[in-house]
Amino acid sequence: MDEPALHYLDNNATTMPAPEVVEAMMPFFTERWGNASSMYEFGGRVHRDMEAARAKVAALLGAGDPSEVVFTSCGSESDNHAIFGTVQALGPETTVITSKVEHPAVLQPCRALEERGHRVVFVGVHRDGTLDMDAYRGALSIPGPKLVTLMWANNETGVLFPIRECAELAKAAGAVFHTDATQAVGKVAEIDASAVPFDMLSFSGHKIHAPKGIGALYIRRGTPVRPFLLGGHQEKSRRAGTENVPYIVGLGKACELAAAELRDGTLGRVAALRDRLQEGLLAIPETVVNGNREMRLPNTLNVSFPYIEGEAMLFHLGDAGICASSGSACTSGSLEPSHVLRAMDAPFTALHGSLRFSLSRYTTDEDVDAVLETMPGIVRTLRELSPFGRGEEPDDPGAAR
Amino acid sequence: MWDYSEKVLDHFHHPRNVGTIENPDGVGQVGALACGDALKLAFKLDEKKERIADVKFQTFGCASAIASSSALTEMIKGMTLDEASKVTNADIAKYLDGLPEQKMHCSVMGMEALEAAIANYRTGDTTVRELKDDPLVCTCFNVHESEIVEAVRINHLTTVEQVTNYTKAGGACGKCKGAIQAILDRELGNRAENGAARNAAAAPAAPVPFAELSPAKKVMAVEKVLEAEVRPSLRLDGGDIELVDVQGARIQVRFLGHCAGCMAANLTKNGLVEKKLREALGDDALEVEAI
Repeated sequence: MDEPALHYLDNNATTMPAPEVVEAMMPFFTERWGNASSMYEFGGRVHRDMEAARAKVAALLGAGDPSEVVFTSCGSESDNHAIFGTVQALGPETTVITSKVEHPAVLQPCRALEERGHRVVFVGVHRDGTLDMDAYRGALSIPGPKLVTLMWANNETGVLFPIRECAELAKAAGAVFHTDATQAVGKVAEIDASAVPFDMLSFSGHKIHAPKGIGALYIRRGTPVRPFLLGGHQEKSRRAGTENVPYIVGLGKACELAAAELRDGTLGRVAALRDRLQEGLLAIPETVVNGNREMRLPNTLNVSFPYIEGEAMLFHLGDAGICASSGSACTSGSLEPSHVLRAMDAPFTALHGSLRFSLSRYTTDEDVDAVLETMPGIVRTLRELSPFGRGEEPDDPGAAR
Repeated sequence: MWDYSEKVLDHFHHPRNVGTIENPDGVGQVGALACGDALKLAFKLDEKKERIADVKFQTFGCASAIASSSALTEMIKGMTLDEASKVTNADIAKYLDGLPEQKMHCSVMGMEALEAAIANYRTGDTTVRELKDDPLVCTCFNVHESEIVEAVRINHLTTVEQVTNYTKAGGACGKCKGAIQAILDRELGNRAENGAARNAAAAPAAPVPFAELSPAKKVMAVEKVLEAEVRPSLRLDGGDIELVDVQGARIQVRFLGHCAGCMAANLTKNGLVEKKLREALGDDALEVEAI
């Protein structure tokens, strides 16, 4: 009984599979396990289930034709497919335009292309995490074939890029436009292929209450992009590999639920909880919110508590059953703090003391209360331990200069 | 999630000897806010000035940094200064039933703070390591050669990755990995071959007049000067500088960290950056613009 109740506030990392999703998937493990590409009815039936799921994904994305949806194994695969596949189709002269705050699933393919000799422009962001549109417009004026890949919403801060405007500018400049919408699908109503001229869009199931191991890449008809995985005719020869039908069905169900959520006020409730959490945490002295508060996902809050370190805070939160993330060096797996906060020029008193809380439809008032009850004590304890933040800082040049 | 020992978690949750000492005999501080961890250690000797009677710490850092600091204070309380000066990071890690390899730098930080505090008592010095004769290897984390050599010797390190785990050197931009390898090679006995490589790396920047260099060569030459002559001193103050563009004799830079928004950045730009670039590149027409 020592284990505290779980307060899961790390939904930008992964989400709980919805019970409806799990239920929809189960028959495809036990009864309907045929190969969707087979010629007999046992497989054909499964094929129809898969296509029904595709239609649900297409509906959520506003895709005119469900065949524009290609199922993949995850968001990272979708990003790799879009980036490498397009550059391969456009040729060696292709310039790639992206931002400094993308997810590594975009940044690293872009860096790999840079090493192969492609010109890659990493557009910066303002201090509030919004895109430097002047720099972006400048990059679009580079002559020759271009691929733009910009995230719809930032996974760390929740800050939104103006993807409609970015896509329109890209199309006017003759560029192919891809967006990594992994954090935005199901949370941003504006995602609509019939209204926003993106050519490709990546997302992942496990961020919208489907299980891990399934993602999708929307490819608008006519987009120049080569397949990434070779070896079979599946997905109209755009992605080889036997179709992962149980997970595809699960993704379809998750998209159906997400579409309903965009209409039924759930996101407003999530935003209200997030705002209450934000206001409560801002009562702790010197707390800062990282990122623009208006142009932001409804579920994400990134805050910094100066003079203390993220991993230490996460350990204390963990003792109270609270799951969150940090952009501190010690939690990033490297020795450097979050590339997103650094690109935003976050004051570096705050760089190592950032926490990200990300909510979902399952987040409750109790979850928010648990953080608000625990956090002030954690900050106090760690600040008492810290040599900084006492107003003297003889060895910390930050305050004096 | 890190796999911390019970002892690490115990010292993290219940840190011993937190705080400061009035009129301490020795104080040592290592690390900085910018680096993500810092430790300030203070001790007071007994009346005979023989043994450590009291010791306190303040730590900014992760769970293992806090635990390493706490453990260190418990270990050295009651020791003579000679005994304390023999405590190594390996002893701290052992006391804690081990640390994850990637967290060994936390134990090294403890050892260095202790060295600094003892040096402070013995010499009155507030800095442990003299900058001259001790080349700065990692400019991102401000790690000097002697620190790397010490960690290599105490912990029998053989790879660059290990050196990064123990000292943080090479853990950010990675540009110093070659230099770390060279130190390792030398320490491991392969002196001859890499001596030449190191000398080559330290060769002067531009024999061809700067104005006649290609744009790419100009960028490389400027970057080299920034790295060798400018960044080390900016980083001492928690700042940094990024090369944005080189157009003819016009060099655009961006100040980062503490330098960004610093009132004195303009002085730094003219007095340090421009001066160093003009000197090193032998071109008085060079102009630096901060954006």
